[in-house]
Amino acid sequence: MEKDTQAFQRVYTRLFQLTKATVSLYAKGIGNEELAIVDGRLAQVVKIMGDLVTLQIFGGTEGIGTHAEVIFAGKAPTLNVGDDLAGRFFNAYGEPIEGGKIMGRQQEIGGPSVNPVRRKQPSEFIPTGIAGIDLNNALVTGQKIPFFADPDQPFNQVMAMVALRAKADKIILAGMGLTNDDYLYFKNVFDDAGALDRIVGFINTTEDPPVERLLVPDMALAAAEYFAVEKNEKVLVLLTDMTLYSDALSIVSNRMDQIPSKDSMPGSLYSDLARLYEKAVQLPDGGSITIIAVTTLSGGDITHAVPDNTGYITEGQLFLRKDSEVGKVIVDPFRSLSRLKQLVIGKKTREDHPQVMNAAVRLYADAANAKTKQENGFDLTDYDERTLEFARGYSRKLLAIDVNIDTEEMLETAYELFDKHFKPAEVGIRQEFVDKYWKPNS
Amino acid sequence: MNTTGNVTGIIANLVIVETEGKVGQNEICFIRHGDARLMAEVIKVMGKKAYIQVFESTRGLKVGTEVEFMDHMLEVTLGPGILSKNFDGLQNDLNKMEGVFLKRGEYTSALDMEKKFAFTPLAKKDDKVTAGSWLGEVKENWIPHKIMVPFTFSGNYAVKSLKEAGEFTPDTVIAVLTDQDGQDHKVSMVQKWPVKVPIRAYKNKPRPFKILETGIRVMDTLNPMAEGGTGFIPGPFGSGKTVLQHNLSKNAEADLVVIAACGERANEVVEIFTEFPELDDPRTGRKLMERTTIIANTSNMPVAAREASVYTAMTIAEYYRAMGLKVLLLADSTSRWAQALREMSNRMEELPGPDGFPMDLSAIIANFYARAGFVYLPNGETGSITFIGTVSPAGGNLKEPVTESTKKVARCFYALSQDRADSKRYPAIDPIDSYSKYLEYPEIAEYLNKTIAADWTESVFQAKDILLRGKEAYEQINILGDDGVPLDYHVKYWRSELIDFVILQQDAFDKIDASSSLERQHYMLTKTLEVANMEFRFDSFEEVGPYFKQVINALKQMNYSDFKSEKFKKHEKELQGILKEKRVEKSVPVDTEGA
Repeated sequence: MEKDTQAFQRVYTRLFQLTKATVSLYAKGIGNEELAIVDGRLAQVVKIMGDLVTLQIFGGTEGIGTHAEVIFAGKAPTLNVGDDLAGRFFNAYGEPIEGGKIMGRQQEIGGPSVNPVRRKQPSEFIPTGIAGIDLNNALVTGQKIPFFADPDQPFNQVMAMVALRAKADKIILAGMGLTNDDYLYFKNVFDDAGALDRIVGFINTTEDPPVERLLVPDMALAAAEYFAVEKNEKVLVLLTDMTLYSDALSIVSNRMDQIPSKDSMPGSLYSDLARLYEKAVQLPDGGSITIIAVTTLSGGDITHAVPDNTGYITEGQLFLRKDSEVGKVIVDPFRSLSRLKQLVIGKKTREDHPQVMNAAVRLYADAANAKTKQENGFDLTDYDERTLEFARGYSRKLLAIDVNIDTEEMLETAYELFDKHFKPAEVGIRQEFVDKYWKPNS
Repeated sequence: MNTTGNVTGIIANLVIVETEGKVGQNEICFIRHGDARLMAEVIKVMGKKAYIQVFESTRGLKVGTEVEFMDHMLEVTLGPGILSKNFDGLQNDLNKMEGVFLKRGEYTSALDMEKKFAFTPLAKKDDKVTAGSWLGEVKENWIPHKIMVPFTFSGNYAVKSLKEAGEFTPDTVIAVLTDQDGQDHKVSMVQKWPVKVPIRAYKNKPRPFKILETGIRVMDTLNPMAEGGTGFIPGPFGSGKTVLQHNLSKNAEADLVVIAACGERANEVVEIFTEFPELDDPRTGRKLMERTTIIANTSNMPVAAREASVYTAMTIAEYYRAMGLKVLLLADSTSRWAQALREMSNRMEELPGPDGFPMDLSAIIANFYARAGFVYLPNGETGSITFIGTVSPAGGNLKEPVTESTKKVARCFYALSQDRADSKRYPAIDPIDSYSKYLEYPEIAEYLNKTIAADWTESVFQAKDILLRGKEAYEQINILGDDGVPLDYHVKYWRSELIDFVILQQDAFDKIDASSSLERQHYMLTKTLEVANMEFRFDSFEEVGPYFKQVINALKQMNYSDFKSEKFKKHEKELQGILKEKRVEKSVPVDTEGA
């Protein structure tokens, strides 16, 4: 039943076992994680027991017969990498969606990790114009950070905005379970901005089989490594949506009879996600990979296995929330965190940045307390009233995601709000900064 | 002739090997994959089948590939030159690896065999020695590194010959020992030891009776860590585990620090690589990196080596303890290690315990913590390993297997609280939930009262009591409203806030406040309790908060000033002024109910 076709290819035509996501067959000389084509569908070796080889079929096994043709490729999944990638959109297998071929060399995806002693400490500020990010949770090249958002929030829009303003040399979009509408949205936005030549997209839409998604981030990150390592470029990778990616992981582990851990996710979820996120790196020769991801939540629950494991891996998280007071989506200053902001704020930005940031968040917290008091029917003091007013202005002028100003202007806006509602002693910023930057507006 | 076998099955990094020869549990073997040799460890044997976990990616591996068994367990190489190194989980020197990316099957030697060390003999010809006896010493950075009789030597030996003082490379034979049967054994500065076996070259292990100064007030004052003690820090993400561990490694009163970065973020390790060579060690004036050794297995490095990394770190710590040194071992995070065990147990299709973790998780964790401790060496010297591990509980829920198993064995519990982190009260160690069992040890209490002050433990319990009363008062205020409770409740609450802001909170990023000496902690606790014991005259509850804020501010400014400096005294004077305003002369003891 075995016949050799090309140099490394081996062909078989008898399947021993079929499940919803895997097939098994007897074959010899097969390597672990080797790629194969089963009845025209892409598959990968996930288990070998003696001569019995189990393959995971990315496109699902519907309609595959026991006499389907299986061609082993003799290699792990690869992507053709080259400058040609720029400006194009690909499917999960790294094939251009609009047809054609990529000139370049074959690069195995899911390759080795960077030696930690060769990494550099991230130190370059990425301005996005969104004050909820730049002022309170500044991003840094080489960072990995997800948006934690409920499915109804405009995370893809915010991400596209961030990507376009981030001044990256390349933007690599990994769409997993993207709706076709969102895919077209990304395409149009990038096109309208004239940025298409900086974009590389790897897209799995909801129309495609879910298991295919598993290839998408590895493809995107292989492309990112090409540009960052070989071209020393600053690469921004957008992963949306990692919750749907994790769902695909759980489907496969379920089909392979693995014992699920928390929330039906595989026990290896932490390692599986870390393997991807840790590709974010500041390289010694100037190139960098920054990862901005989306983890959709169910009803804001961050204790679910996917956001929980993600939080332990990533360097902070950005929370989107609708502020009913001002009717806008804001970047929540309490639950959002950028762990790397200390490396740039007040250093790459104006010296008073950390103090202004902390003071504003503290006042916003006071407003939250006042609001609780109000809801519980207690009397409000004059200070409480003023913090509530401040909070509305802060939400509208700084936290809302439709803000687009530079950092200097964000700081000025903060001072204006302070001045309108408080005395310097109530704000508690170091006196030298008050003298230098606080312009009383009589 | 070593046993060989062939690969018959592959599931991710679990490989099944069929062999006719002798195979031992936890034996190391190498798979010949093309030009590379992939290191693996035997984790189960069934008939002719050995189940091995591979420390590398198994991509491309084929059935039939030859495997060579090495007849020894996973070992580390011990000798001068370990300090300041950055190792991976298998003790490969990361700095010696070429290229930006880690290459599969690339193993580098842990020590620099060409480097010469100045050797001074400590033993003499005809001395009777046993495993762990000090034969000589070399200078390693500033640490007197003892050259010992290898731990694998059992029974008694006599020194037949010993090198005189001089410069030698680590592999030079520095002594010849004769065993009881008259056999000679050569000893160099280098020895090997299997990481999963504890080094027992000590006479006995008493209960810890001293404390290990960390410079962190909420630990030293309220819940002290004993020298040779164990503790753990559980906390949800974003609660400041890593900052706390870094702070411990910077300020703790230890001779050397071993950090196992186990399955955590690479950029955090990069922070240590970048900052520690620049930071000064307050005790020696040298660079912090000189006393630090890092075992880095970041989350994207192979999972099986993650498990090995904590054992490698522990073995290195035991080696230095046998030299009579005070070692602090930090592991961040032990949950990742437990997850590595879970992944493997799952692949072997073992029946799972709670949350899919292996059934023996508790036992594994207990055995590991038991390797820490304070010891008396055969020559009467002492050495210690203080071990503090972090735990990353899934969903921040402390009722999960890793936290629960650890809680059973670790004597100190430093609970990081999300609420405290959210309100930026750092370090976010919860003062009510956390505990140190050592505070209950009579020998520790005696030590504290002797070295700090006669009434020290009494003061500590009083502070704890005020915190608890304050919390109760706060809950009442929240239910009944500011004006719905007696004024006294506000005072109780603000007394606890006083201790919270002045003693518990500490700015890890402030040069002065980051570390506080015991003398200073004593001074500040006494001062703070003095204020907490005073009676004040308030006309309405609205006066309480603002007044205490002033008091807190003055005390905080003292924390930010050099101890007993002019600035420090100035703020102290300021405090006296503030206190005079509202103080009622007669000082009555705080309501401590029976204390």
